[in-house]
Amino acid sequence: MEWLNVLIQGSLLGGLYALFAIGLSLSFGIMRLVNIAHGDLIVLCAYVALIVVQGTGLDPVSSLIIVLPVMFVAGYLLQRGLLNFTLEGGLLPPLLVTFGISVIIQNALLLGFGAYTHRLQQGAIETQSLVLPGDIAIGVYPVIIFAVAVLSIAGLQLLFFKTKIGRAFRAASDDADTAELMGINKRHLFALAMAIAMIFTALAAVLFAIRTNFDPASGPTRLILAFEAVIIGGLGSMWGTLIGGMILGIAQAVGAALSPTWQILAGHLAFLVILIILPSGLFPRTRD
Amino acid sequence: MSLLATHQLSAFYGDFQALFGIDLTVEEGETVAIIGANGAGKTTCLRAVAGALTTEPNMIEFDGKPIGHRTPHDMVRVGIAMVPEGRRLFPSLTVEENLLLGAHSGRPGPWTLERVYGLFPVLKDLHHLPAPALSGGQQQMCAVGRALMSNPRLLLCDELSLGLAPVIIQDIYTCLEAITDEGTTVVLVEQDINRALDASSRFYCFQEGRIALTAPTDGFDRDKITAAYFGL
Amino acid sequence: MSTVQVARSTRASRIFTPLALVVLLALATLPYWGGPGDMRLVAEMAYYLALAMLWNLLAGYAGLVSVGQQAYVGLGAYAFFYLTGSVGMHVYPAMALAGPIAGLISIPVAFAVFRLRGHYFAIGTWVVAESFALGASLIEELGAGSGMSLTPKIVRQVASSRSDRETVEYWMSLGICVIVFAVVYLILRSRNGLALTAIRDSEPASSSLGVNVFRTKLFIYVATAACTGLVGSLIFLQKLRLSPEAGFSINDWTVVVIFMVVVGGIGTIEGPIIGMLIYIILRELLADFGSFYLILMGAIAVLIMLKAPGGVWGLISHRYGLQLFPVGRRLILDKTPK
Repeated sequence: MEWLNVLIQGSLLGGLYALFAIGLSLSFGIMRLVNIAHGDLIVLCAYVALIVVQGTGLDPVSSLIIVLPVMFVAGYLLQRGLLNFTLEGGLLPPLLVTFGISVIIQNALLLGFGAYTHRLQQGAIETQSLVLPGDIAIGVYPVIIFAVAVLSIAGLQLLFFKTKIGRAFRAASDDADTAELMGINKRHLFALAMAIAMIFTALAAVLFAIRTNFDPASGPTRLILAFEAVIIGGLGSMWGTLIGGMILGIAQAVGAALSPTWQILAGHLAFLVILIILPSGLFPRTRD
Repeated sequence: MSLLATHQLSAFYGDFQALFGIDLTVEEGETVAIIGANGAGKTTCLRAVAGALTTEPNMIEFDGKPIGHRTPHDMVRVGIAMVPEGRRLFPSLTVEENLLLGAHSGRPGPWTLERVYGLFPVLKDLHHLPAPALSGGQQQMCAVGRALMSNPRLLLCDELSLGLAPVIIQDIYTCLEAITDEGTTVVLVEQDINRALDASSRFYCFQEGRIALTAPTDGFDRDKITAAYFGL
Repeated sequence: MSTVQVARSTRASRIFTPLALVVLLALATLPYWGGPGDMRLVAEMAYYLALAMLWNLLAGYAGLVSVGQQAYVGLGAYAFFYLTGSVGMHVYPAMALAGPIAGLISIPVAFAVFRLRGHYFAIGTWVVAESFALGASLIEELGAGSGMSLTPKIVRQVASSRSDRETVEYWMSLGICVIVFAVVYLILRSRNGLALTAIRDSEPASSSLGVNVFRTKLFIYVATAACTGLVGSLIFLQKLRLSPEAGFSINDWTVVVIFMVVVGGIGTIEGPIIGMLIYIILRELLADFGSFYLILMGAIAVLIMLKAPGGVWGLISHRYGLQLFPVGRRLILDKTPK
């Protein structure tokens, strides 16, 4: 029963990792851009929420009414004003520019907020739990996060397969230059993709910041978790990313059950083992 | 006023100059062929007109307006559509989605999904299949249909016959007549000289990035074309 | 009729090589005319230059954009501390072993991370470095989370007096920098170097011409790891204390190094030297501004990447056609009148 508990807790944790991964997965899937600053953008969103919470007295979840549109616009501008210019000219420009952005965000946050840890307070829901048969207690909040992850991915699937803009995203992902010849404004479309990615990034950030302490240096770890979920799941598969997140979460939960200090390392080791056995992840795209 | 006119159109790939001062005109409603050997600059010329290469504004004039500086998606909006060489369908989209994508710019006009299906009935039967599942000829029809969906005034066709069986090529060129009968202006790039000349009323023969010969196709001595084609 | 000559050296390189030797000689005599502060600064410049040249070889020439080279700085340092402290080995053989140990560990790592392409390779190397850091913080024999220190007894093996020690360690820094330079330069002028350039330009084309892409990349990765491990052992011999955070710090051993190479000019021999100088100057000028200076560094790197991807050296060499350390061969067309 104890191991079943570990399995459930780990899977639920995976929901959060999948949420971290959505933004990374979108920007790679559509623009072929691996955003090294993704983790720092998550942390930046958490700070934006912190400002809104402190400034308006809203609770963290309600602050999303302001945070989401703000980050949507910020994402659009980031892509249109900066990242679009890195996409022609090989591997190094996007990598190093987002790396530079990562350094800038971390140090700007350090300058503005200091190195202290912060946390958003949502109230009673954080500690409520459900008791399942077999005396397994699961937190209500992790279940909510997991549900948000599932709904987010389902929503994105709908966007991709049922809307005009989703069709354009898929076409641009296949062949951006031909999409441009067919009347799609690549620069605008990419900026829109980053804006949507930032919506999910902000969502993940607020849910994460209610659960865990964060500080200006928390970004890289989030990036690595998101990255591991994407690679385990297989590039280009959103549901695969959720499974990848769950595997990562389970590996961490198992590690933590053995010894609390092993939690993170167990996740990395699981990732490396899967990478060696299944280099294209669990659900690889048949075509690239 | 010509629908399309290029003025001293030059184009570069990096340091390599592919076009040297091309002057060509296309009147509304006519079908013009561009022929020439490999590397003569035919595709480059089409790509420049489609906005895929950077050129000076005045080098390309469409409906009397300079458009040489526009981006490809802007060109679609003003009414220039391209059937690219090698078809370039989107592999993760279905046939119908590929067609609908052509309508992304929302240009109004006679072409709708139903009319494209009317022109290429086979596409209607296969509309739910992913594009790579189609045969080469069907893919070419889909690529032509996709371009039509943007309701172009000028349709640029790059190597429609490439890699297709003669009987299929015949089908596609028959459909092209139906398209030109609607009043759509067409510029054809072809390596197959006879095919191109049969379908067009006027031709330009390119050689090493320059126009070597231009004339109406009717009754023109094909030996002279061959001479211009090979630079003899 | 025109004759064609193939030349390696350029006029600039023929002037510059003796100049570089003079500067090196002057630096070598620094202990006799400079203070300990100067020596520390130049030693730091030397080991940063070594790290920058190694990362440049990896990313700029082999196309292996790693952000996890701190793994090998840390591994080299841990190997060195463990061999001297726990095994009781003398400082010099321990140092000589630190590099090969890091190189040995990099082989299985390569087999994992080489499965990732492009950007994903970068983050994969980072995961590996993080795993080593976490691993080190779990192993009691390596001091776990609190790390290890070099005991005075070990340190005295270098030299008994503090000032002598500083002088010896200073020369070691210079020496290792020169060794790394020589290694990088020789690799680039070797068959492997030519293969690297081919791979960087087109992997499919070079592999169809018989270049073994995997083996060439593996060779570069392992050689770089070994040299980085050696530099790591030297850095922490000077710092005397080693912890997982310090040894495997991405900021100290990779971010700063990437900044140097990108600003100086990636994929050139001259770039890391110029980038290192720019970094050190900026840091000395802006040290009082705290994290603001890091923001500025980040902004400079972003700007350079967007506006001048060849870096400062790219701008200079493009403008003046200079090449100080020729690794390629140039064709000289000797046009005689017809």
